[in-house]
Amino acid sequence: MEPKPIKIALAGNPNSGKTTLFNKLTGSRQRIGNWPGVTIEKKEGTVKGLKHVTIQDLPGIYSLSPYTPEEEISRNYLLDEEPDVILNIVDSSNLERNLYLTTQLLELDIPVVVALNFIDVTRRDGDKIDSSKLEKRLGCPVVETSALKGEGVDECIASCLRATESEDRHAYADKKDAKFSADVEKAINEIESVIGDVARKRHRWIAIKAFERDTKALNRITLTASQQEKIEAIIRHTEEKLDDDSESIITTARYEAIKKLTDNVIVRAKRKDNLTRSDRIDRIVTHRFWAYPIFIAVMAALYYIAISLGINTQDMVDGWFGDGLIPLVQGWMEGAGASGWLVGLVTDGIIGGVGAVLSFVPQMIILFILLGIMEDIGYMARIAFILDRLFRRFGLSGKSFIPMLIGTGCSVPGIMASRTIESQRDRRMTIINTPMIPCGAKLPIIALVAGAVFGGAWWVAPLAYFLGLLAVVVSGIILKKTKMFEGDPSPFVMELPAYHVPSVGNVARSTWERSWSFIKRAGTVILLSSVVLWFLLHFAVIDGSLVMIEDEMIADSIAAKVGAVLGHLFAPLGFGGWQASLATVTGLIAKEEVISTFGVIFSIEDAIGIVEEGDFAGVAAIAQHFTQLSAFSFMLFNLFCPPCFAAMGAIKREMNSAKWTWFAIGYLFVFAYILSFIVYQVGLLFTGGAFSVLSGLAVVLLAGSLYLLFRKAPRAGVHVSA
Amino acid sequence: MLTLNDLKVGETAVVVKLHGQGAVRRRIMDMGITKGVPVRVRKFAPLGDPVEITVLDYELTLRKNDCALIEVEKRSSDSEQSAL
Repeated sequence: MEPKPIKIALAGNPNSGKTTLFNKLTGSRQRIGNWPGVTIEKKEGTVKGLKHVTIQDLPGIYSLSPYTPEEEISRNYLLDEEPDVILNIVDSSNLERNLYLTTQLLELDIPVVVALNFIDVTRRDGDKIDSSKLEKRLGCPVVETSALKGEGVDECIASCLRATESEDRHAYADKKDAKFSADVEKAINEIESVIGDVARKRHRWIAIKAFERDTKALNRITLTASQQEKIEAIIRHTEEKLDDDSESIITTARYEAIKKLTDNVIVRAKRKDNLTRSDRIDRIVTHRFWAYPIFIAVMAALYYIAISLGINTQDMVDGWFGDGLIPLVQGWMEGAGASGWLVGLVTDGIIGGVGAVLSFVPQMIILFILLGIMEDIGYMARIAFILDRLFRRFGLSGKSFIPMLIGTGCSVPGIMASRTIESQRDRRMTIINTPMIPCGAKLPIIALVAGAVFGGAWWVAPLAYFLGLLAVVVSGIILKKTKMFEGDPSPFVMELPAYHVPSVGNVARSTWERSWSFIKRAGTVILLSSVVLWFLLHFAVIDGSLVMIEDEMIADSIAAKVGAVLGHLFAPLGFGGWQASLATVTGLIAKEEVISTFGVIFSIEDAIGIVEEGDFAGVAAIAQHFTQLSAFSFMLFNLFCPPCFAAMGAIKREMNSAKWTWFAIGYLFVFAYILSFIVYQVGLLFTGGAFSVLSGLAVVLLAGSLYLLFRKAPRAGVHVSA
Repeated sequence: MLTLNDLKVGETAVVVKLHGQGAVRRRIMDMGITKGVPVRVRKFAPLGDPVEITVLDYELTLRKNDCALIEVEKRSSDSEQSAL
């Protein structure tokens, strides 16, 4: 007989080792998706060797209060899906705060098993935890674990399976240590009897929620008006007596109960002058003066390593495609008698297009490894700590820096990294602004303009990065002052984890996830669009019929016609020719396509390779197409306009709202267009152009942008007392 | 009113009351900053904000805006001990 299916819900605080435990329990048997309606990742898996046991990973939460989407999801899941058992992972080095969630889980009348994680770290620090005493007081099984080392993982599952058979679901509520102070208990008991049988189960939990005036929880039951009045009277009476509001009374009571629960359970080792190793490192790394030079040095070293190592690997991958795969496939197809257009499509279109994108992968992997190490060591959290004040000023949070840092590699994982930002407002702001940071694929555009048009001027590339940062700042300030982004400030609650030696597993995992999100698009969006683009470039409508054309006749191609139409849109920006317009459009597929498209148009083979090697004579034909001013305007537009389709896809996933996705894309387009417009038109005036209607418009737009930038925020400093 | 913002690095005080409302206030309480709990200021970020504090034996980072909502009072020697 098949064993009855068992559902385990995995719950715990952020940073309690939940992900590690989940991975240990399920291995690769995971399904990853999103919770409906929100941008929070949903992970589910089956336990190794026990096919009938599934584990649902809940978002990392501190409490079951109804304020954040994570908390609501977790709460609704536990109440509606009724898992057979909750596996609550608890950070043993931070016992009291972690038990705060535990005491709430224990009220749900679902069996709970506590996994006391990081037990090895706690022991190493010399702290002593009496887990059997804790087990007795909580009335639920407590298992000591070290998820990282795999210690206690099997026992967790065994305990969970045993717990599902237990009949006693009120063990905790009946414990004397779980009780709140007499006044609070009296109020809760009174509310419980007022509600009576309206609640079919979880009487105590419902009563506590009623006392907290948690309307979302109370919507689950129907109370009469007189019941509501009676409850309100009980709450009022208690609030007056204790001189506090009900929410605060319960929170305080909970922490007081936890104090009793943990009394003599944990004995902390005496630490010398209370200064840990992390504190000593932080004294330097977050030092008032040294913090920033250190930060800049770390960043510089990071990019130096990533770029210098990356260039070699890039040549290698280019070689595989250009000298290896393409001739091989070409020879094979021609040998098999394939028609010319098909050979062209497969070799030029597909392999060439996808290969160009894949050549960025090694460099990106190196960057992601380095970033992963910084994250795992604990330095990323320090960056957020030292930059928060600065980022606040332009409407972002210190945590926004991390997505932008990753965005210098590729916007897709950068945008995905915005998940760690708790406040929805800050998260949206970060998602919108991250694509403005020049990603790895935009480098060839910068290199082309710097090398071929500006004669290798050293300042163009740094200027492009600087403008990227400046754009984020300007755009952040402008957005911050709009109606969409005002509103409740959210609390910035962050933990600075202790520094530790990075684990190979964690770094490998994060590197893999981020690189994969980049590689995946090469196989999907880029593959498809390469085919379409190749077709548009190599076919023309002549005398009403579709014919394939030679490379020399590219000006007659369908693509050229499309580009010519779009040229009207870009003419005021200085690049109205069909070539540059078409290149800009293909940039939506992937930014490196901008250069490849020029390559195809001007019959330059492997244009990206030429640009990267710095052989700008080889791409002189492209440069002649521009003036310095129009090239600069072209570069600006391509740096800031909506990112490639893959990044747009990432924006859509993370925003999880059509409205916000379109806003982000539209905003980026308008921002880039206005910026290039102003730069080109004002630039024309300075280089001796006559004042025209367009220059007048540019001046008006400039004035308007400056107004948006410097105006007073409509309602600055939302009700914050100082 | 003395708030967490008025403390210097290394100083300890006991939470008296939490001002403000809604999500911000609840989050602060959920993190263990409740009535009667001692908190100690550990360090300020280089630009003076945010602030790292010790509460219930762990370290937490808060913005000054949020610290301004936390009313505290300094007590004599006994609070110094329990915060450590």
